[in-house]
Amino acid sequence: MPVTTLNGRSVHVNDEGFLTEYDEWDEDLAKVLAANIGVDLTDAHWKVIHFLREDYKAQGETPTTRRVQQVAGIPIKEQFVLFPKKPGRKMSYIAGVPKPHGCV
Amino acid sequence: MKRLLVLGGGTAGTMAVNKLRPRLSPQEWKITVVDPDEVHYYQPGYLFIPFGIYQPDEVRKPRKRFLPSGVDLVTTEVDRVVPEENHVLLTDGVRLDYDYLIIATGTTPRPDQTPGMDDESVWRDSVHEFYTFEGACALAEKLRGWDGGRLVVHITEMPIKCPVAPLEFTFLADAFFTEQGMRDRVEITYVTPLEGAFTKPVASRYLGDMLDERKIALEPDFMVERIDPETKTLVSYDEREIGFDLLVTVPLNMGSDMVARSGLGDDLNYVAVDKETLLSKKYDNIFAIGDASDIPASKAGSVAHFAMDLFPENFLRHVQGLAMHEKFDGHANCFIETGHGKGLLIDFNYETEPLPGKYPLPGIGPFSLLKETEMNHWGKVMFRWIYWNILLEGKELPVPALMSMAGKIREDV
Repeated sequence: MPVTTLNGRSVHVNDEGFLTEYDEWDEDLAKVLAANIGVDLTDAHWKVIHFLREDYKAQGETPTTRRVQQVAGIPIKEQFVLFPKKPGRKMSYIAGVPKPHGCV
Repeated sequence: MKRLLVLGGGTAGTMAVNKLRPRLSPQEWKITVVDPDEVHYYQPGYLFIPFGIYQPDEVRKPRKRFLPSGVDLVTTEVDRVVPEENHVLLTDGVRLDYDYLIIATGTTPRPDQTPGMDDESVWRDSVHEFYTFEGACALAEKLRGWDGGRLVVHITEMPIKCPVAPLEFTFLADAFFTEQGMRDRVEITYVTPLEGAFTKPVASRYLGDMLDERKIALEPDFMVERIDPETKTLVSYDEREIGFDLLVTVPLNMGSDMVARSGLGDDLNYVAVDKETLLSKKYDNIFAIGDASDIPASKAGSVAHFAMDLFPENFLRHVQGLAMHEKFDGHANCFIETGHGKGLLIDFNYETEPLPGKYPLPGIGPFSLLKETEMNHWGKVMFRWIYWNILLEGKELPVPALMSMAGKIREDV
């Protein structure tokens, strides 16, 4: 896996720029990742990101937008407002977890 | 006497009992299949019914015919599994005890999950699907009398059963309207929640080019929120709108509600299992096979077939208290009909995306991967016979269960 420098330190990423090491993530890094894709983080964003982190840790899998709606109670409509166009992809990128597998 | 109970007598459930019955002593094991439907459908054939290529009777046969002797069939609906007590309750109140349970209840299109989709003013009139026998037949009727307009082919959300089928439908529709001499009166748009034509980059590029060549518009990243039955419009969560005269949608796919009632399902009613052995993550005497499980592979008969090549050995070891050695890799291959008597073939697994090359013999084929050929089309045509006569009965096909890189060509995206 390639290594890149974000926020002054080295982190492991895949070829799409997603962090590959769960523990290399912290909130400062999330701000840099969010800025990379033009997202300004508000409390509502953090709520989604923290849910993704916790759910991934518990389930071993990135929750889908449907699961974020059902389990965290954040409507898909709102997820689209917070992370325009591609919520599933954008929120997992910022949260430092794998892109939810679209399944083949 | 030990009791093996199999819920669902579709592709996976039927293959499983055909492979297990000869290897489990009849003196020691009683095997029962529960499925409320007495008909076994050849689901890959649904795709051809709307275009009159297959007739309805070519895709259905009595279920009983494909179950081996020594396997009982109970045609009652399952109410729920009570896993703590090792029994299953049927809707007629009957209780079936088990020592081992195999859940093979598949996945089903659920138009009721998208507001407006099954509104009676549009459902099976201007809004259709082809993933059920009734739906495929209704669409055949519709296409026979349709004089053109805006055709929208649409996927609600992944995962769906046979993820290439909506593309095949689109290619076949293009060919069908061309042959009817009315292609210039039909505007075709392919609407998908994915970033491109398909889930994986190399295949997505090939298939995207094929949509282009056929003058089919692609609308990616479209997550439908609702359908407006009055204006006949698809509306996305980010407020894009796509109007249609005829919508052929793939509704949200969900596992059986029985799985949810049993407390065994995830948010789409799929049973959480180990992706290599298909053993439930919660219960040591429950497996989920075929589309009913949550393995990150295609929901497809092909995946069920390759998984069933490895499953019986694992099952036999597991019931003897031995470790399971066979590890399923998510192998699938699918013929993709592209119209005018040609087809494509893709072969892939959990880790390796579909790549070009030859299959199954490296350099020889006879099938070509990710390339349109007549041979691939004949492969698909022959497959119906193979399904009824070889596959369901659990006989071996001369192709390996695990995916091989031999014959595949890696390329940069």
